[in-house]
Amino acid sequence: MNKYLLYPGCSMESSAKAYMESMNTILESLDLHFEEIEDWNCCGATEYLGINLIPAYSLIARNLALATKQMHPVNGTGGTRTVVAPCSACYLNLAKADHYMNERPSLGEKVNEALAAGGLHYEAGTLDVRHLIDILVYDVGLEKIREAVVHPLTGLKVVPYMGCMLPRPDYQHRWSDHEHPTELDDLLRALGADVIDYPLTTECCGGHMTQIGPETAFELIRRLVADADERGAQMMVTVCPMCQMNVDAYQNEMNNYFGTDYHIPILFFTQLMGLAFGKEPGELGIGVELVSSRNVLAGIGVEVPVTQEPAAPRKKDEGLPMPRRWTKHEGRKETVK
Amino acid sequence: MPHMTDERVRAGLTHEEDLSLLHEVSMKTAGVSRLEMCIQCGTCGGSCPAAKDMDHTPRMLFAMLRAGMREEVLRSNTQWICVSCYHCVVRCPQEVHIADVMYTLKGMAIKEKLYEDSTAPDFSQTFVDMVETYGRSFEMGLASRHYLRHFPLRLPGMMPMGLGMITKGRMALMPKKIKQMDQLKKILDHAKQLEMTS
Repeated sequence: MNKYLLYPGCSMESSAKAYMESMNTILESLDLHFEEIEDWNCCGATEYLGINLIPAYSLIARNLALATKQMHPVNGTGGTRTVVAPCSACYLNLAKADHYMNERPSLGEKVNEALAAGGLHYEAGTLDVRHLIDILVYDVGLEKIREAVVHPLTGLKVVPYMGCMLPRPDYQHRWSDHEHPTELDDLLRALGADVIDYPLTTECCGGHMTQIGPETAFELIRRLVADADERGAQMMVTVCPMCQMNVDAYQNEMNNYFGTDYHIPILFFTQLMGLAFGKEPGELGIGVELVSSRNVLAGIGVEVPVTQEPAAPRKKDEGLPMPRRWTKHEGRKETVK
Repeated sequence: MPHMTDERVRAGLTHEEDLSLLHEVSMKTAGVSRLEMCIQCGTCGGSCPAAKDMDHTPRMLFAMLRAGMREEVLRSNTQWICVSCYHCVVRCPQEVHIADVMYTLKGMAIKEKLYEDSTAPDFSQTFVDMVETYGRSFEMGLASRHYLRHFPLRLPGMMPMGLGMITKGRMALMPKKIKQMDQLKKILDHAKQLEMTS
């Protein structure tokens, strides 16, 4: 059994709990053991770095320091120096702190001075920070994943959406390419899915702009969804909680803003792995997405149980009450289809 | 440093060359920013998915830094529009840590209260408040406080989505708190002192 230290990240326990559930469900089939870092804290996402430098890096480094306490073999379980983060933003922050504490020793010293106030210490380079899909593709391997498939996703037309914070800036040179990496394509093909080439695979979902500048975010989401739709995809597949949240939860708002009518569900790659491994949708958090994947999955013989009445579709013209600040762009509204 | 010769004055230059702002931003940035190495090629702005909403492209902003235009730079919305997608970072021929420079500029703008629109700084600050209180992010608290303050008119329209997230169990109504909150507080307090003296 291969052991890794798990840094789940906050969204895995709330908005992306489907990702957590599906990840936990497939681990056994792949002979993986993830041990959660004890008492981990938030990585600060993209917010803390813009407020204060030393506190932001100290916040991240506390997790790295805690992880080193669990590196060593205990009670027959093997040791490991690999931390796995399923969230792309967490992955980047952890990797960034490790990298910069080494590149700029004065930063490392100050962060360690702060950590010492809590009785902790982290030596840059001690841990290997990796993303979940990196472990699955490069440690487990596509061969083993193919062997675990009992229900190939034949006929399911998907676009692989890698997002931006995973392949970039790539401090440790882990990915096949910074702009057009193929790891997710390969993995989905191993599951038997019909993978459609998706040039926007590492374009941004808008990140926190859905909260602070919706107009900017809606345009980024529109590009992603419109292109997936034009290419005939039935579904987008993601590796990141923030990408899932923006494309899923804000798709309806984006439609209202532009007067469009897209309906492209977006699932986590682990949910599709689970389906291909013969697991039940209920064990994989399928059905909690706001843009339902129900009809699409019915097409490949997967029945998603109804957990509740689907919300009544909002009338087209109703739209959203827009803050005055961005109604000036109303003239730009376009109708697709 | 070039001096203010008569020729330079006649050419309209009002100041001696002063790179102190450029150096300040560079030194306040995590890692080795390489900001000084910018060759003004414009690859960053050309790669940016959000450039159309920016007051200045990153290239322009870096030229302004070099020219010492402190207030104009810190008041620019550029650093707030940056979505941290790192496209410019991997394409920059000079390997400038552009996204990290944007974080530095946000921090400086907040400290000097130089921003036109408080939506983004407030969002960051609210997020940080949650983390400093609970050790974890708390989406429900963050979203409600943020929307009430900045997008009250958007709230009714957000209700179906918010309710969907809650009924599907994707938004916790109560925050989670880490066990050793006192330890995290000590670390962050000490880190803040180090920040002020650096």
